[in-house]
Amino acid sequence: MKETRKIAVTVNGKRYEDEVEVRVTLADFIRHQLGLTGTHLGCEHGVCGACTILFDDRSARSCLMLAVQADGHDILTVEGIAPSPDKLHPLQQAFHEHHGLQCGFCTPGILTTLIEFLRDNPDPSEQEVRIAISGNLCRCTGYQNIVVATLDAAKRLRAEPAQSQTNAAQRS
Amino acid sequence: MKPPPFRYHDPKTVSEAVGLLASLENAKLLAGGQSLMPMLNMRFVLPDHIIDLNRVEGLSYIRDTQGALDVGAMTRQRDLEFSEPVRARWPIMHEALLQVGHRQTRNRGTIGGSLCHLDPAAELVSLATGYDATVTVVGPAGQREVGFAEFPVAYMTPAIEANELVVGVRFPQWAPKHGYAFVEFSRRHGDFAITSAAVLLEGDAAGKITRASVTIGGMGTVPRRASEVEQAIVGQVPAGSFFRDACESCRKLEAIDDVHAPASYRQHLAAVLSRRALEKAHARLLEAHGGSPR
Repeated sequence: MKETRKIAVTVNGKRYEDEVEVRVTLADFIRHQLGLTGTHLGCEHGVCGACTILFDDRSARSCLMLAVQADGHDILTVEGIAPSPDKLHPLQQAFHEHHGLQCGFCTPGILTTLIEFLRDNPDPSEQEVRIAISGNLCRCTGYQNIVVATLDAAKRLRAEPAQSQTNAAQRS
Repeated sequence: MKPPPFRYHDPKTVSEAVGLLASLENAKLLAGGQSLMPMLNMRFVLPDHIIDLNRVEGLSYIRDTQGALDVGAMTRQRDLEFSEPVRARWPIMHEALLQVGHRQTRNRGTIGGSLCHLDPAAELVSLATGYDATVTVVGPAGQREVGFAEFPVAYMTPAIEANELVVGVRFPQWAPKHGYAFVEFSRRHGDFAITSAAVLLEGDAAGKITRASVTIGGMGTVPRRASEVEQAIVGQVPAGSFFRDACESCRKLEAIDDVHAPASYRQHLAAVLSRRALEKAHARLLEAHGGSPR
């Protein structure tokens, strides 16, 4: 009993068509079938937030979705955040400069979560940032530098809103 | 951790979904997936069929109609959180939703899914209890309505048949000038509450309470209205230790023992949280009437 379906999804502005087993999670599809291994899997049951992607511009845990559910939808993963291969997005640049990551395992999920958050809330308080990342576990940083980097990124993005465009958004 | 094998169905209409429910054995409905997907990944459930409701048309809406809020079962928690009518006229729902999981889960999680999963500590389940919401259910025999007082039949078991589907929920509106508060205790932000208190109050400018709803979540196998507290405060003008004394009866409510907390701790929390929620709700009631919070 192995049911499969043909699906078409847009990931980081690029269209993919593939055949998936219906029980495959969106996270496994992105990693194993599309080869986009930037999306990380920590707990695989919706607790750690490492697999967070943007699904039709809204953050979601890709381990809690089936790949078939993405048919016809638009996805942004961490690979689609930087505007070009040699230039980081201001949020990524701020994480780099403020030591907002150590091992980097949680970072893809935190960046995608914050892309949505800063778009909705361009001038957040420290408390709001902490609540925004409350669904993402980081075991290295103690969160302090993540918060500092986010507040700095928010400041940069307010100064130059055009920079908030991700690679995927420019392409589509 | 991968879901076990199943057959996948994605109906486009409610009648198609009901037809599938009637014809398939051991089928599970997939709404927002924020509880069912982890249970599948951990293989706590082994359905032969998954009926995905995400492509069913007409189940996602928020309608502010004649003194009630009608919400489609597949309405995302996030859409309720950001809804202006909800904020203006069902403000306790906004306050409670901010404590439901995280942004990533609220973006997917649905109201119908929360109510049918029926976790006794879930914020939306407490609100439906506090408002005595009406659930609309569709099955092979047609449509019927279930009052929320009759909706939970046992721990995490709603009063719907295996071939029925929840399509919408109606929350009555309280007086434009009412007091409200949703207060919970959990170990981490976004966790299910160990215990919560949801309070709605109507009253006059002098502070006299004319109507009250007090719901304790996370205590027993289903959320419970603290009817003894409600009866003790209606008709009264709170002063001094009035709320503290009234909430003592919460210590007698039935509570569960589990890994998170013993029953006695939940009973203690119920008394403390209901008092805090009442004080906050009453201050807001006075504020709504133009008075100053005391």
